[in-house]
Amino acid sequence: MGIEEKLPNGILLTTVEKLVNWTRKASFWPATFGLACCAIEMMAAGGARYDLARFGMEVFRASPRQADLMIVAGRVSQKMAPVLRQIYDQMPEPKWVLSMGVCASSGGMFNNYAIVQGVDHVVPVDMYLPGCPPRPEMLMDAILRLWDKVMHEPLGDRRRVQMEAVEPSATPPGSIPSSYFYNKAKRAEWEQAAKEGREEQLRIENWMREHSGAALKLEGKP
Amino acid sequence: MSFLDPVRGFGVTFSHMFKKVVTEKYPEVRRPPAPRFHGRHILNRHPDGLEKCIGCELCAWACPADAIYVEGGDNTEAARYSPGERYASVYQINYARCILCGLCIEACPTRSLTMSNEYELARDDRQDLIFTKEMLLAPLLPDMEQPPHPMRLGRDEKDYYIGALTKPGTSIGAEHAKGEGAS
Repeated sequence: MGIEEKLPNGILLTTVEKLVNWTRKASFWPATFGLACCAIEMMAAGGARYDLARFGMEVFRASPRQADLMIVAGRVSQKMAPVLRQIYDQMPEPKWVLSMGVCASSGGMFNNYAIVQGVDHVVPVDMYLPGCPPRPEMLMDAILRLWDKVMHEPLGDRRRVQMEAVEPSATPPGSIPSSYFYNKAKRAEWEQAAKEGREEQLRIENWMREHSGAALKLEGKP
Repeated sequence: MSFLDPVRGFGVTFSHMFKKVVTEKYPEVRRPPAPRFHGRHILNRHPDGLEKCIGCELCAWACPADAIYVEGGDNTEAARYSPGERYASVYQINYARCILCGLCIEACPTRSLTMSNEYELARDDRQDLIFTKEMLLAPLLPDMEQPPHPMRLGRDEKDYYIGALTKPGTSIGAEHAKGEGAS
C-alpha cells in the first residue's frame, strides 16, 4: 500500500500491524443496507437488548463514505445489484462485506430470475451468515468472527506472502463460534476437537448436555 | 405546554438509571433460545449406534429451498449402516440455502432428522456452509458402536421402530426441552 512496503520486517511491523487491525476492528462502522426482513433483525441488533454499541458499531452510516462494513441484509434483486455495487465502490478502503441471511448468501429459497443468487456475484463477501432471518445473536456472531479475520489481516503484500507461508492451523481466523471463542475453556475444547476433525460433534454433544441432561442419563452418560 | 415539560422528559430518561439493564452479554453469556428454536440439524442414531436415516429423501422433497441432498444406498449383510434395506450414503444440507423452517423434520418418518438450538453458523466460505453427513451425525454415546455393524437390538427393522418409542436413541435430546418428557 505505502510506506510499510519499504520497511524491514520484524517485531516493530507486526506490532504496528496488530495496532492498525485493532483500531480497524474496534470502530467497525456498518453501512445500512437493509433490503428485506433481515434488516428488521439488524435493527434489533442495534437496539437496547442486543446493543451493537458494545462493539463500537452502533452508528449505522447512511453514507457509504463513512462506513467500513457493508451488511447486505436481505435478498438482492437484479435491479438492486448495480446499486449495491455502486455503494460498495463508494466505500473507502479498507472495507468488508457481510452477507446476512440465506437470500444474500446464495439466493436462499428464491431460486428464480428476479433474485441475484448470492451477493458474491456482485461484490466480494468476507462473511456469510445463514438463517432466515438470522437472529441478532447470529449477526453478532458473524461480526465477531469477522473481527477475528480483521485482526489477522496482513499489513502490506510482503507480510501477506509471509503469512501465507505459515502452515494453516486447524482453526483459521473466524472459524470458531463466538460463544466458544470468548470462553477460554470452551475455546481450548474446540481447538482440540478441530484437530481431530470432530468440532461439529462437539457442538451437538455440548448442546445435548445443556438441554437434556436428564434425557442423556437414560442413555447411560453422566 | 409548560416550561417544566422538557424537565419531565429528562425525568423519564433519568428514571432509567434505576431500571434493570436488558442488554444481553452475548459472546460471554449465551442465553438459551426458546426450547423449540429451529437451529442446525442433527442426524440421529439408534441406541446401538446404527443411523436412523433410511435415505428416503422425504426431507429433500419437503424442503422449500432445495437445501437438502440425499443419495440412498443399499445396506448389505456385510456393511449395515441402518436397520432395514436402505441408508443415506450421501447426506448434505446447504446452510447457505436452508431457511430453518423445520418442514424436513416434520417429514422425517423415522425421527432421524431433528433440530438443535445451535445457531452460530456463519462461515467465510460458501463451501463450508454445506454440512456433510459426518458433520450432521450425532456423536456416539457410550453404548453406541460405529456403523457398519449388524443389528443388535432385534431381528429386523420393526423391532427398532417399536423400540424407538421407549428408547429413542439420540433423538430424545432434540425433541424435548429440559425436564419435559425425560421420564
